[in-house]
Formats: sequence, C-alpha cells, structure tokens
Amino acid sequence: MTQNLKKDPSQVMVRVKGIKKNFGDLEVLKGVDFQVTKGEVVCIIGPSGSGKSTLLRCLNQLERITEGEIYIEEELMDKRVDDKTVNHIDAKRLQALRCDLGMVFQNFNLFPHLKVIDNLTIAPITVKKADKDTITQKGLELLDMVGLKDRADEYPVRLSGGQQQRVAIARALAMDPKIMLFDEPTSALDPELVGEVLNTMKELADEGMTMIIVTHEIGFAREVADRVIFMADGVICEMGTPEQVIDNPQGERTKSFLSKIE
Amino acid sequence: MSGTVIMIEIALVAVIAGAVFGVIIALGRMSKNKIANAICWFYVWFFRGTPLLLQLFMIYFMIPIMYHDMTGGTLTIDPLFCAFVAFSLNSTAYMSEIIRAAIESIDHGQMEAAKALGMNHAQAMTKIIIPQTFKRLVAPLGNELIMLLKDTSLVSTIALYDVLRASKTMASSTGNWVYYLYAAAIYLFLTTVLQIIFDKLEERFGAYEKR
Repeated sequence: MTQNLKKDPSQVMVRVKGIKKNFGDLEVLKGVDFQVTKGEVVCIIGPSGSGKSTLLRCLNQLERITEGEIYIEEELMDKRVDDKTVNHIDAKRLQALRCDLGMVFQNFNLFPHLKVIDNLTIAPITVKKADKDTITQKGLELLDMVGLKDRADEYPVRLSGGQQQRVAIARALAMDPKIMLFDEPTSALDPELVGEVLNTMKELADEGMTMIIVTHEIGFAREVADRVIFMADGVICEMGTPEQVIDNPQGERTKSFLSKIE
Repeated sequence: MSGTVIMIEIALVAVIAGAVFGVIIALGRMSKNKIANAICWFYVWFFRGTPLLLQLFMIYFMIPIMYHDMTGGTLTIDPLFCAFVAFSLNSTAYMSEIIRAAIESIDHGQMEAAKALGMNHAQAMTKIIIPQTFKRLVAPLGNELIMLLKDTSLVSTIALYDVLRASKTMASSTGNWVYYLYAAAIYLFLTTVLQIIFDKLEERFGAYEKR
C-alpha cells in the first residue's frame, strides 16, 4: 500500500480554530475547529444549510470568515475578530497560500471561451508565469490522468457533465495545490455520470492528495474517507472514522440524517 | 463625397473612444469605491439624459461664450473636433451601460473559479470575464454604431457638411429630388456593410458555444 507512505499524520495541512461566519444576521458557522493532516481524505456530510459549503469557501477565501483563525501548513492565512482582519499578511503571500488550495465546484465552472487544454493552463500562465510549452505538456499529462487527453482541443460545452467535472479537477491540479477542496462535486451530475468523477477522485486520494470533500455520496465517503465530519446547524456534531460516524453514529442528529439519506 | 468621409470619421472615432472609455466608466459603476461609482453614475446620467444635439451645441456654442464671459477673449473651436468630442462623450455613456450589462450577465461562478485558481480581480477580469462578454457585446455594439452613423447628420447644425446637408443643398439648388435618394442609398450602404461585419463577428466570438 504505497499511499500510506504518503500520509503523514504529524504534518498538519489545514487547521481552523473557532471559525464563525455570519451573513448579516444569519449565523452560518457557529465556531468550527478541526485539522487535516497530510494525505488525509476528509468527507464532510450533513443536511443542506448546515454550513458545509460555506466552510469550504471560507478556507480558500471565497468568503471571509467573521471570526476565527485559518492556518495552511501551520502558517497563518487569516485571523479575524468581529469581521475585521487582525493579522494582516502580505497580499502576495496570501495569494500564494490560496494557490495551495485547489477547488472543484458543484457546477464545474469551466471557462467556456477556452479550449479544455487552455482551461488547464490559463491560471499557471497568468498567476505563476509558467512557460507555455512546459505547462501545456503537464496539462496534457493531467488530462491523460483523468482520461480526457483526446478532448484537449474541444470547447467545454461539447463535453458531458462528468467529463467537464474531470476537466475541472485537472484544472485545479495544474496549479500544483497541496490540498484539494471539493464542493459537492457530483451533485449537479446525472446519476450515470457520478461514478466516473468519483473514480477520478479516488485515484487522486490513492496518490496521497490531501482532500476535503463536501458530499452527499455516503457510500463514497465510507469507502474513501479517512475521517468523516457530520455537520448540522453550523457546528460539527460528530467526527471520526467512517465506521464510527456512518456505521455507528452516536448523536441523534447524525442518526436521523443518515436514516433519511440511505 | 467628403460628407461620407466626415460621417465615417466621426462614427469611428466615437465608437473607438466609446469602447475604451466605456470600459472605464463601466468598471467605475461596478466598483465598490463610492466616489468612483458616483462620478461614473453622474456621467451616464448626464450624457444619456440630454439630447446629443444639445451636447453638440454646448461644446460648439456654449463653451466659446463662457470663455468670452470669463476672459473677454474669443475662442473658436474646429467644428469637426467638436463633433469628435461630443459624439465620443455621448457614445461612452451608452457603451458603458452596454458593457456593464454584459459583464454582469456573466455567471458569478466564473469569477469564483478564477479566484480559486489564484487569479486576482484584474487578472480574472481580463482573462476570464471580459473575453466572455465579446459575443454578448457584438449585437448591441452594432446597434450603437449604426445609431451613431445616422446621428452624424446632426453635425450639419455646426457648420459641417455631412451627407444629409450636402444632398439638401444640392436638391434645393438644382430642384432635383433624386439627391435625397442618393443620401438614403449612402446610409443604407454603410449600415448594411456594418450589419454584415457584425453578423460575422458574432459568429466568430460565439464559436465556443457550438455544440
């Protein structure tokens, strides 16, 4: 089992402390703490409106937290109190830290005006000033990995949903992230296309990528996750191995949620 | 036909200036900076809310009078230059609204995806958002250019010989009505050429949407 060599529980990749997020008067996150170590795959499950997606979006700064601290590889990325930034970190450094977090969206969000291969290379070229030939080569390898090398010169609109999401995964990987965030990556897909995306994610997990996945695919969580977090009403209700959380849930909320979904 | 040349010159200058400054005003209107936002709002409010003919008069007639009242000197402005300025200012106001609508019609997820990939706001705008507006801009821009071209007939009021004025002069001095048809033919020829060009452009910019 080579993947175990790539796991390193002593190396903390993401750590969040007391994260709160308000949208106006609405408290979406009410104090969340957890950490993710290198090579770990963490699945976040829970009813809609529980704050799962918001948590993920706070991690890569698509939403600013109202309060709390976020560390990437134990380096402070954001610390806020009362909706104000406390520790100002250098804007360039912040951008570099954001690049460590790859994100895959529910609606893929591929760039429709760019060919598949250009979807992969535009960010490395724009942000990291990568050499075009080198990054194109790497992009083709990534497309090969997700099984879509032959579609490199197509526009995204000509791909199926499952193919688009695999391209989106490859696009995030092209930035060499250390952590991948998945926000309900299969929720917008037709049922028969879910499998191909989950397989790609599984391969990625086997390669030792650190992953945080918001998902409704309980079967997938059971199979792939090292740890499952159950969230409800803006807090973490239960956290543990899939056996603990999915197969032997302790909390009432977890039990009732799982009984509805399976 | 120097009138035709003047017409094309004015429309071209106005459409190019309008596109460039229109982007700036559009970005100002969408900016979170309250002062920039207010200035751009005021600009659009004024230049869209008053007739182009009045704006032309203000530049050609009003400014020299103001200058005379304040300094006692005389100021003569070249009418063609006045036309360039007035048409550019006016088309900037309209174009900025066209551009703003096009940018705001792009799905919010595009900006989020660009930011999640590490791009800053300016990079996301120039590489991801604005290129996607091109296709949506073509039709309203073509409209705007055709309007501009026809509105250039207004410059006859500030001592410029455009197509319309030339044909009216010819018709009344010769008594021949056919000159009005010549004028119509010139306008129709130019607007038809524009229409063909813009149809082609729309097809080209929309190529990525073909399934």
